[in-house]
Amino acid sequence: MISQPRGRKLSREEAERVPHVVARPKARYAWSAGPATGRFLEELKEGRVLARRCNGCGRVLVPPRMFCERCFRPTDEWVYLPGTGTIQTYSISYIDTDANRIAKPILVGVLAFDGASEGCGIMHYFGEVAPEKLYIGMEVEPVWKPQAEREGAITDIKYFRPRRKEDRQ
Amino acid sequence: MREVSIVGIGYTSFSPVTPDLSWKELMFEAATRAYADAGIDPRKDVQSFITCAEDYWEGFSIFDEFTPDQLGAALRLMHTVAGDGLLGLANAYMQIKTGLFDIVVVEAHSKISDLLTYEDVLMLAFDPIYEAPLGGHPHYLAGLEMREYLAWTGTTEEECAAVAVKNKWNALRNPLAPYGAAIAREDVLSSPYLFAPLKKLEIAPLVDGAIVLVLAEGELARRLTDKAVLLEGIGWSSESPWVGTRLPDARYARLAAELAYAQAGITNPIQEIDLAEVDDRFAYKELQHLEALGLARPGEAGQLLLEGAFDLDGQLPVNLSGGSLGMGDAVEAGGLQRALEIILQLRGEAGARQLPDPEVGLAMSWRGLPHGSGAVAIFRREA
Repeated sequence: MISQPRGRKLSREEAERVPHVVARPKARYAWSAGPATGRFLEELKEGRVLARRCNGCGRVLVPPRMFCERCFRPTDEWVYLPGTGTIQTYSISYIDTDANRIAKPILVGVLAFDGASEGCGIMHYFGEVAPEKLYIGMEVEPVWKPQAEREGAITDIKYFRPRRKEDRQ
Repeated sequence: MREVSIVGIGYTSFSPVTPDLSWKELMFEAATRAYADAGIDPRKDVQSFITCAEDYWEGFSIFDEFTPDQLGAALRLMHTVAGDGLLGLANAYMQIKTGLFDIVVVEAHSKISDLLTYEDVLMLAFDPIYEAPLGGHPHYLAGLEMREYLAWTGTTEEECAAVAVKNKWNALRNPLAPYGAAIAREDVLSSPYLFAPLKKLEIAPLVDGAIVLVLAEGELARRLTDKAVLLEGIGWSSESPWVGTRLPDARYARLAAELAYAQAGITNPIQEIDLAEVDDRFAYKELQHLEALGLARPGEAGQLLLEGAFDLDGQLPVNLSGGSLGMGDAVEAGGLQRALEIILQLRGEAGARQLPDPEVGLAMSWRGLPHGSGAVAIFRREA
């Protein structure tokens, strides 16, 4: 038999009576994207997914990079992908960063792009699908923001949805 | 006793901004050059990789997770040192010295131009309760230390200004140094006080860039290359974090040097060391560091400088690379910048600033404001 925890939660007022120092770090960055990621982001604005091929190992790499981490050599050419893929893994995220239950759980996962090599999955959201319908191996396609709203960011793709209409919600 | 040698060097250019490349590509470029120089394949020959990076400079937490790919270290032994490049070098030295590994790679870089709030992040290194609330530009700490150093040693503002003149002049002979300039002492003295007595031209501007060194066990090094440079000793030290506790004598440099000298068997550094590269991110620091390292007696470095002792043709050339005042402040890559020049000189590859026949060189780094941490490495040309 586990006894109930004793004591109670501190009120905000009580917590603030404990000596403490509040700091709000001011750390802002503007990362140079570099040639590979830079062009990948530019292509997202056009609704295209770009990869890079390494002629050393033959892999097609997403996100694209200017060097192959396996062969340790420069990569060789740009490759456009159709943008479709399959779910490699997924999770249903029920709470926010403050541990509050959220009304509509977030469907997040890793998808493997069609035409890219194994181990080149990227993380994204899944949408237009009931959580219980998701499965590893499900074929998905990107749902893009309207062109005018795209800004060269990974979120230019709103989410990926099932390719089969009957799986959609 | 196992020896440790540098068998490969690779570096990018150093530049105030590098908007065309990410830090990954900077690292890849330096690494590619280093492996070509050493004649090795990182995917097969290197047993351990070390990078030096500070999360706040990068803007990533747990930055070490992002470092392997561009060094050829994917799925290999790799770790990150949150400190200056010479501390990474110390780790590599120990890994080889102990017999754990035979070939180890060290990388350090700066992509400080990605950080938009440099001063604010630097202020985060101050004690959050006693010091940071005072606010202001964190470099005023250098002004405080400089004034105390001048008062303690009798060193003059003219002598400090002469450091900037020398190093920017040296930088004109170093194609890697973007801040070379032919200026007179009056130019430095008349540049505005930013943190009096510290003047604008006495402060090293920030730069981006990457450096990679390949280290190998001594016998293996001789088989790999005929231009191996021995790393004979390396020491490091940290002082109190309390500004009010520290004296203006750069004790961290002295303690680090004591260890490095003992390992290298150096008993009379002034006689035995042919050239030195020491941290000069604020001009007076070069003089303070030279005294702490025992390369000048306390209070005498400034006068020796004016007499030309630390010039290219002096008795102990100092910061022939241009130092940080000439090459730029490359944050965690600063120590490897200093080491790089020593290695180039001992290999006879320093171009227009090459010394005739140097045998022993010292590289010294300081972690930078607001800290009292430093490291010292001693290099020797193979006989």
